[in-house]
Amino acid sequence: MSKKDIIVCRCEDISLAELHTLMEQGFTSIEDLKRQLRVGMGPCQGATCLPIIQRELSIFLKKPIEEIPLPTVRPLTIGVPLKAIARGAKNEK
Amino acid sequence: MKNKIIIVGSGVTGASIAYNLAVKGVKDILVLDKSYLTAGATGRCGAGVRQQWATKANCIMAKHSIEFFEHAKETLHYEGDIEFKQEGYLILATTLEEDKQFAKNVALQNALGIPSKKLTPEEALKIVPHLNPKSFISATYCQTDGHLNPFKMTDAYYQAAKKLGATFHFFETVKGIQHHQGIYTVTTDKNTYQADIVIDAAGGYSREIGLMVGLDIPVYSEKHEILVTEPIAKMQGPMVMSFTKNLYCQQVPHGSFLMGRTTPNQPQGHDIEASHEFLDAMAKTIDDILPKIGELRVIRQWAGSYNMSPDKQPIICESPDLKGFYMACGFSGHGFMFAPMTGVLISEMIMNEPLSLETEMLHINRFNHQTTHEVEKSVV
Ligand SMILES: Cc1cc2nc3c(=O)[nH]c(=O)nc-3n(C[C@H](O)[C@H](O)[C@H](O)COP(=O)(O)OP(=O)(O)OC[C@H]3O[C@@H](n4cnc5c(N)ncnc54)[C@H](O)[C@@H]3O)c2cc1C
Repeated sequence: MSKKDIIVCRCEDISLAELHTLMEQGFTSIEDLKRQLRVGMGPCQGATCLPIIQRELSIFLKKPIEEIPLPTVRPLTIGVPLKAIARGAKNEK
Repeated sequence: MKNKIIIVGSGVTGASIAYNLAVKGVKDILVLDKSYLTAGATGRCGAGVRQQWATKANCIMAKHSIEFFEHAKETLHYEGDIEFKQEGYLILATTLEEDKQFAKNVALQNALGIPSKKLTPEEALKIVPHLNPKSFISATYCQTDGHLNPFKMTDAYYQAAKKLGATFHFFETVKGIQHHQGIYTVTTDKNTYQADIVIDAAGGYSREIGLMVGLDIPVYSEKHEILVTEPIAKMQGPMVMSFTKNLYCQQVPHGSFLMGRTTPNQPQGHDIEASHEFLDAMAKTIDDILPKIGELRVIRQWAGSYNMSPDKQPIICESPDLKGFYMACGFSGHGFMFAPMTGVLISEMIMNEPLSLETEMLHINRFNHQTTHEVEKSVV
């Protein structure tokens, strides 16, 4: 299968080929890649792509996987409609 | 190792300064950043760019910077897309006092060549039909305001500066700066460097960098929060903003909505934790002004630092007390959009060239006359 057809991030539709191109350009931390490709910031919050990217970086940098830091975990864990938050907050009073 | 110039901080400010110096032929530029590119406010910001300000200095800085953004991709020979969207800012007036102030602002902006105009609620609703008509009484609009991708814009400056020979060191923290017989010695956690000139572009930490050489720059940091929704098909052109209702909200080309507001009574400091108080207040504000957007799911929330100055306008100058020490800080929540001019001005000051703008209003000396300076009111 061509690297162009292997999807590493389903939220943002990012292929393995795109990931490798950026790594070759010197973006070799998840923090850097995330800012160029939006990986890890979609509705699934990195559940699919982060372990894959971590493994790819580990191979590329020839470093054990434990030495590839993961990015900051941000709230919310799952998407919640703003209205539910606004109205829910009203109901609490 | 001896450098001509050391820049502390590689946010959009440091990257723009490095590029502007490099393009003027300066060779020995070293940029030091304690983290990755855009780790500071730059990578956390809303990246809206607007010319609708209430003070002359802010209007002029923004106008010239937007002229740069319009051609930035070609000027910097950037291969990527800086995602510049110019569909305006729609600023809502919600009180009579604000309505009057906005008429004055538009007069000032027009006199400076900024194409803003005052709108009736009906006219505003034509531009953003999903606004709650009961939530405002009038609006102002400027079509050439807009939004960029802050990671890509900073990367564009960084790549261009690197190609012209500037050196960048990431994950290297400046720990101390000494000044002796005209030479600065900069100590980091990894090395020691010397330079003729040091530029403080350390964003939220610019006061701390000044203190290393004994300068007390009158700025402080304050947490500001922001969130992003799931992406949807395009439904909103301009950034919608209100100072009294405390909100800005913009759909980016990617499809997601970015929105933020100021949490009142924020203590000074470097805390940048996301809070549920912000999420609650933000959700209620959106439910009031843009109820339709309230149907979208929030995906992520985060925070960053505003580096605040006493009059909410930046400090861009050479230190009057220490030759060769320059500062570009105190952007008070709008340093992204000013970065092109910040870089131009600092490089002109260093090269002793005629300045593109009058910079008296940006000089630290303005705070010596506490009563005479004008405070920017058009801020969220
Ligand atoms: C939530 C939010 C929304 C915003 N929205 C907008 C907007 O819509 N439009 C707009 O124009 N502006 C906006 N801003 C403001 C804007 O982000 C900043 O004014 C701008 O990014 C400042 O850039 P900078 O390069 O000066 O600072 P930063 O981006 O903070 O860069 C400073 C750099 O210095 C480094 N540093 C600090 N200390 C040291 C040290 N000791 N040694 C080495 N390096 C060091 C940091 O790692 C950092 O990378 C917003 C800010 C926030 C927080």
